[in-house]
Amino acid sequence: MTAQAHRTGSAEALLEIRQLEKRFSLSGDFLDQLRFKGGKLVRKQEYVHAINGVSLDINRGEALCVVGESGCGKSTVARTVMGLLSPSAGEVHYDGTRIDNLGSRQLLPFRKRMQMIFQNPYASLNPRMTIQQTLEEPLRLHHPDWNRQQVVDQVEQVMTSVGIDPDWGKRFGHEFSGGQRQRIAIARALAVDPEFIVADEPISALDVSIQAQVLNLLMDAQRERNLTYLFITHDLAVVEHFGTRVAVMYLGTVCEIADTATLFAKPRHPYTQALLSAIPRLDDDGPQHIRLTGEVPTPVNLPSGCVFHGRCPYANARCRQEVPALQTQDDGVRVACHAVEEGRL
Amino acid sequence: MTDSADKSAAAMPALPGRWERFRDSYLLYSFKRDVIAQLSLLTFIALVAIAVFAPWVSPMNPYDLAQIDIMASELPPFWIDGSDPTYWLGTDAQGRDMLSTILYGARVSLIIGFGAVALQAIIGVSFGLMAGYLGGRVDAFLMRLADIQLSFSTLMVAIIVGALVKAIFGGATFNAYAVPLLVVIIGLAEWPQYARTVRASVLAERGKEYVDAARVMGLRSKRIMFRHVLPNTLSPIFVISTVQIANAIIAEAALSFLGLGMPETHPSLGSLIKAGFDYIQSGSWWITLIPGAVLVVLVLSINLLGDWLRDVMNPRLYKG
Repeated sequence: MTAQAHRTGSAEALLEIRQLEKRFSLSGDFLDQLRFKGGKLVRKQEYVHAINGVSLDINRGEALCVVGESGCGKSTVARTVMGLLSPSAGEVHYDGTRIDNLGSRQLLPFRKRMQMIFQNPYASLNPRMTIQQTLEEPLRLHHPDWNRQQVVDQVEQVMTSVGIDPDWGKRFGHEFSGGQRQRIAIARALAVDPEFIVADEPISALDVSIQAQVLNLLMDAQRERNLTYLFITHDLAVVEHFGTRVAVMYLGTVCEIADTATLFAKPRHPYTQALLSAIPRLDDDGPQHIRLTGEVPTPVNLPSGCVFHGRCPYANARCRQEVPALQTQDDGVRVACHAVEEGRL
Repeated sequence: MTDSADKSAAAMPALPGRWERFRDSYLLYSFKRDVIAQLSLLTFIALVAIAVFAPWVSPMNPYDLAQIDIMASELPPFWIDGSDPTYWLGTDAQGRDMLSTILYGARVSLIIGFGAVALQAIIGVSFGLMAGYLGGRVDAFLMRLADIQLSFSTLMVAIIVGALVKAIFGGATFNAYAVPLLVVIIGLAEWPQYARTVRASVLAERGKEYVDAARVMGLRSKRIMFRHVLPNTLSPIFVISTVQIANAIIAEAALSFLGLGMPETHPSLGSLIKAGFDYIQSGSWWITLIPGAVLVVLVLSINLLGDWLRDVMNPRLYKG
């Protein structure tokens, strides 16, 4: 609660991601990369291009949702922001400080301010630690000056705030249901009183009946603690409910960023249009889905130009050669599409 | 928050204590149903107990030259004619009481077995943790080191170390420090077993989200390795420990049999077997066979316990 003072509701960017790229090598170590080709020994390296030049700003107090289908790199963005992966290129700035190149010691004050909630509550709690130990650990690390009573009080307070009975502290994670475990994982993230939370599909491993509860808990926490979220999801209904703004990702690039209401009312990018048309509606008279042809290309050999051109009904010669950049429209929506830019759409 | 789901959890049963949890555990349940495990645990505990309390339970002290009567050498055990009731299991070629010598010998064998496994575990677990968790070059280096270590047999390490120590400090020094030296030799020769097992489990655990959560928290690698990853890799460590203790005891016996281990003045089970081996042709079979039988029973009970433990701790492996 001490950091409350500078958490004003201004719209300045808390987190800036600039031209972030992440490649994963497929080729193994040096010896595995050597190949005989035409009688000569050559070194062959292959990469999965998980994210290719993603730029995002996350403003204080907002919930930026990143959506996209499996394998589009949205989780990689989250993990790179949190420093679990180091970027291949690009920068991450937190509150004006570049953090992607900091050592673990220098990163420690930022760790206290930014926390993460994971997808699978069955794997994110250490099975050999009690809930009390799990929740005390971050406090002991980040508040070495606190005495035992202060730590216990804070744990009790944070458990109550996520709807977990503080008397359950002596139990182990496996004694709880998925929803309860996710509450405990949220409590662990909230324990150090952060201002920014990365949530990597926090409800997709839960029962549908529990999803709403956990989502509401996250929204309550946002209101009470003035949190900023980077919320990774593939569930468009959640985005509509939760997000302040939405970034749509496809094959490692951002194709559209817009306010939630604007995006759902008027999607610009052809991919966003196809994505939104896939939401099942109760008032569907007939199927209005935009059917995309083909498959998502492999991120090992990226297509030239716009990564979406192979499946886009509006693609022309320029789309096949030139990579579109995000361009701001009249109403503040940012779209990376030549067709939108040229008014063909 | 409206959570009907959490209300039901409020009726969770009272938290069981440590003893209740053990009483209800699968470990105890399967132990109660496994006669072989019970028998081998009983045998093992009995052997360890009499070995540990050897100075108090054995009829005489085989290290004390004053108690040894050379005239009473090569007496047979009690069920054979010509035996002396003082020496229940007979005597060896130097007139030492076999029972006492076996008790003291089992003690030496167990000390070396446990000591060597403790050393293997310390080296192997730390290296395995580092290799699995840190990955990259550390992993490559440590695992190549393990490969090199495995390409030397225990015997070769023993010969080299033994020869070096004997050449530099003399045979008397080697005999005086034979126990710690054998612990070091067997410990160094077998650590890769631990390192490889631990590394494999760490690789599986490292990908789990609780490790990521600990990293996001800002914990240092050392703490994550020992506080988070290691406790979750304990089951395979326990299982291979039983096998390794049996192996270390056998390795010690083999080295002693070859004359590279414990001296005859301070015999282990292995050096007893060796000492008696020369007299087997002259009819004094008990000097070698009785310690041999004790060694077999000891190793067998440990191995059977290990088998049971492996079945319990790894439900994917059922008895075929």
